[in-house]
Amino acid sequence: MDYKALGLKAGIEIHQQLDTEEKLFCRCPTTLRKTGEHAGEFFRYLHATVSEMGEIDRAAAEEMMDRRQFHYLTYDTTCLVENDEEPPAPMNREALEIALALAKIFAMHPVEQVHTMRKLVIDGSNTSGFQRTALVAMGGILPNGGVVETICLEEEAAQRVEGSTFSLDRLGIPLVEITTSPCMFTPEDVQQTAEYIGMVLRSTGKVKRGLGTIRQDINVSIAAGARVEIKGVQELDLIAEVVRREAQRQTTLLAIRDELRARRASVGEEVRDVTPLFAGTESSILKKAKVIRAFVLHGFAGLVGREIQPGRRLGSEISDYVKKCGLGGIFHSDELPAYGVTAEEVARLREHLGAADEDAIVIVSGSKEKTACGARQAQHRARRALEGVPEETRKMLEEGSTSYMRPLPGAARMYPETDVFPVAIPDGLWEEIRAPELLCDLARRFENDLGLDAALARQVVSSESLPLFRAAVDAGIRPNLAARTILGTLKELGRDGVAVSRLAPAEILAVLRAVEDGTVAKEAIPEILSAVAAGTAVAEAVGAHAGGMSDGDLATLVQAIVADRIDFVREKGMRALGPLMGLVMAEARGKVDGRKVSEALRQEISRVI
Amino acid sequence: MSDTFTTGDIVAASCRGQPVEGIYITDRDGMAVVKLGSGYNIGVDPATCTLVAKSGETAVQPPLTVEQDESLPELAIISTGGTIASKIDYRTGAVTSQFTADDILRAIPGLSSIGRYRAGVLATILSENMTPSIWQDLARAIHAAIRDGAAGVLVTHGTDTMAYSASAVSYMLDTPVPVVFVGSQRSADRPSSDNVMNGMCAAAAAGADLGEIAVTMHATTNDDFCAVHRATRVRKMHTSRRDAFQSHGMAPIGRVDFPSLAVHLTDDAVRRGACTLALHDRLEERCGLLYFYPGMAPEILRAYEGYRGLVIAGTGLGHVSTGCIRAVRDLIDAGAAVVMTSQCLHGRVCDRVYDTGRDLLSAGVIEGEDMLPEAALTKLMWVLGNESDPERVQRLMTADLKGEIRRRSDHGL
Repeated sequence: MDYKALGLKAGIEIHQQLDTEEKLFCRCPTTLRKTGEHAGEFFRYLHATVSEMGEIDRAAAEEMMDRRQFHYLTYDTTCLVENDEEPPAPMNREALEIALALAKIFAMHPVEQVHTMRKLVIDGSNTSGFQRTALVAMGGILPNGGVVETICLEEEAAQRVEGSTFSLDRLGIPLVEITTSPCMFTPEDVQQTAEYIGMVLRSTGKVKRGLGTIRQDINVSIAAGARVEIKGVQELDLIAEVVRREAQRQTTLLAIRDELRARRASVGEEVRDVTPLFAGTESSILKKAKVIRAFVLHGFAGLVGREIQPGRRLGSEISDYVKKCGLGGIFHSDELPAYGVTAEEVARLREHLGAADEDAIVIVSGSKEKTACGARQAQHRARRALEGVPEETRKMLEEGSTSYMRPLPGAARMYPETDVFPVAIPDGLWEEIRAPELLCDLARRFENDLGLDAALARQVVSSESLPLFRAAVDAGIRPNLAARTILGTLKELGRDGVAVSRLAPAEILAVLRAVEDGTVAKEAIPEILSAVAAGTAVAEAVGAHAGGMSDGDLATLVQAIVADRIDFVREKGMRALGPLMGLVMAEARGKVDGRKVSEALRQEISRVI
Repeated sequence: MSDTFTTGDIVAASCRGQPVEGIYITDRDGMAVVKLGSGYNIGVDPATCTLVAKSGETAVQPPLTVEQDESLPELAIISTGGTIASKIDYRTGAVTSQFTADDILRAIPGLSSIGRYRAGVLATILSENMTPSIWQDLARAIHAAIRDGAAGVLVTHGTDTMAYSASAVSYMLDTPVPVVFVGSQRSADRPSSDNVMNGMCAAAAAGADLGEIAVTMHATTNDDFCAVHRATRVRKMHTSRRDAFQSHGMAPIGRVDFPSLAVHLTDDAVRRGACTLALHDRLEERCGLLYFYPGMAPEILRAYEGYRGLVIAGTGLGHVSTGCIRAVRDLIDAGAAVVMTSQCLHGRVCDRVYDTGRDLLSAGVIEGEDMLPEAALTKLMWVLGNESDPERVQRLMTADLKGEIRRRSDHGL
């Protein structure tokens, strides 16, 4: 696709959890918990007014706003602030300084006084019904010439466990939100920018790591399309694909619009109760429905079922809107007969509704209220197909397609968090803030100064164990030994089931030092670390492998093993070295260098044959 | 300069050299607060602000009249300043408290299925600024509403001193209908506010078979039900939790389930029509409430010279130090009524067990039985407002007038 010709424009918002001691507005630790550890739970309703629901069809919105009950899990690491039972503490200074360090890297202008705002969020993920957020800096630049518009500090939302149940451990963890302008024009641009910003974030050494700790929202539009915000892209590798698929979706929706207009298509106003038509239906979904309603989409035939993204059709878009009423989705005539609905039933329905061949029919089934809501939502979305691409907030599905979440939020949903005093950022503080060395620069330095090869250097700087590596190098450990132990050996041990997470950095350093001062051979590292992970004290584990094996001892061992298998050695000659190596190492592992064993064996074999 | 701007003006400013434009909100702490197009507020140097456009005429919302169902019972809403309804202006971020019946019904639409309402504003103050004379005005306003036909009265009140006001009104007013105090612990602008549930449960209680003054607030941290508390036995026991209000010395007199709004009253609750409407609105304001602490100087007691009444929140069974007894005796000899209550809040005062207690009794201290200190204070104000004979004062203070004294301590903590 020629994205320039399409007029593709994209921007990203990156949300990154910070690894601070305490949460943004309370003194709880930023520790994530297992839901099984929860100490209590409570439930609340969130009450919203129509204006806070955005621009969804008003009548449908009113039904939805009725009463929304949410359940929350509490922990011994959460407090009354997360429960929305206590006013917030002052803004976490550590988090603010991390945000300022980032602002420095992007050459931004910090605001002189930070004001915390309440941003309405009524999906239950915030117990209060709003998210606290504050603008910290503006007007930054990216190396590729792009613009970082803002850095905000926000509270992380509660994690949805399932349905309307949320876990409060995550609520309130500080997040930085970095927003670029729509300054990217190809899918690859977007991915590269996200990668760069991710690297900058990790350069602070103060961000949480792992799945879900960084989330990208992508804003995409094409020339005649509309701005669409895609939420929660967690995998960096999928970003370009998400942008490509959104461009494809908007292009196809515009083509559908043109086709609909050419056909003078329209959305039927009348929703009919067609329950009796399906009295004897074999469709399991329609069978259990109290009410079945249907309406006609004049001139839509064939287009409701047209694919707009892999696995997504205009019908899926309509279904998404209907799901907001608590229904599973819709049936539409482009996909029927199917799902137990017979051709005969479709024909009867067409006749009953007076639908022509060029018309499509939408069916919703469920309770009386939900189907009334669903039919209105379906009509609403269908009407928007005549206009082109609706402005929407969408969520990413697996593989990179997206589904509808809610209308785009406006700026209008913010008001001051009066319980938090504004925080001044005086010139003195701003000058004191140090921008950390970027990991890309650090990797180059490791390559040049420490002699790591480029790939290993990159691996080291992007590893969570970077601080440990630096400590090791500072302690005089050879960089290659440190890097290979920390990145290679530990990983392999972990794969083999050793509890490497129990190893304290100080213990790993002590083992490496024992290697460097010649107390133990480097071959002993895996065994020593395994022993330490299993609870043995470092000194003891090192002691068990210390002293090693003298050349004389090694020679005696090698002679004995060769003598025991002398027939085998004579038969195989030098090819016996491999099998015998294993036998000698079983005795000598960790006490003597493998190469030395190999050399001793070679000599002994050549002596006897 | 920024003092030439008014809220809503569009201004240009500089944020450390970065040009910004937004809506001028206010000047605070030497900074101009500007709301940017994104909705964020920031503080900027007021000297950098220049006017782009004056505030446009704010579009006046057509006053949407909320339809009221004439078949439902008529309830009065009297506002004293506690906000159970508020409105957010997202343009400026201003949150304003709402007091008219229409505004309250718009903020809590569920109310309109419970009753039809007349709303009046008695005061718009923070509840810590309440005074005995406003309690009197409140009793009079409630009296008038009931006299004019209200089947129940809702009093919206800040939670800090709600228990004082409710108990004060209890003594001043004999009511045949429910008078229900209600507030919210969490601000009304937030979607999670307890205002909706408290307001609806209180309205349900105000329409129920109740004939006394009550406080209706969240019973748990869940949005599951509200407790109906007797006004003279309730106290705010937490600074911020929704279920801050707790009955003392007795269980709540009822509960209202949410969202069903089913009202369950206990046998203790006084029923509708049990007494006839009457107002006795005299209060003696020269009364105090003193929290004793170890080492308290007798001079502090002497500062109450000239007061007609003093409630002491003493230690344990109802004590002050031996060194203070003299000062207590002097107050009583000068004509003041001194009533002993306990800092324990739970349990009954008994000054017959220890020497200091016996000395206090011989000095003329009145044992406040199991009254809460606050309910004893408002009672003393009312008793002294209506009675000056020390013996009759003593008899009234130790008699149960409005449920503030229980003859038996049948309820534990």
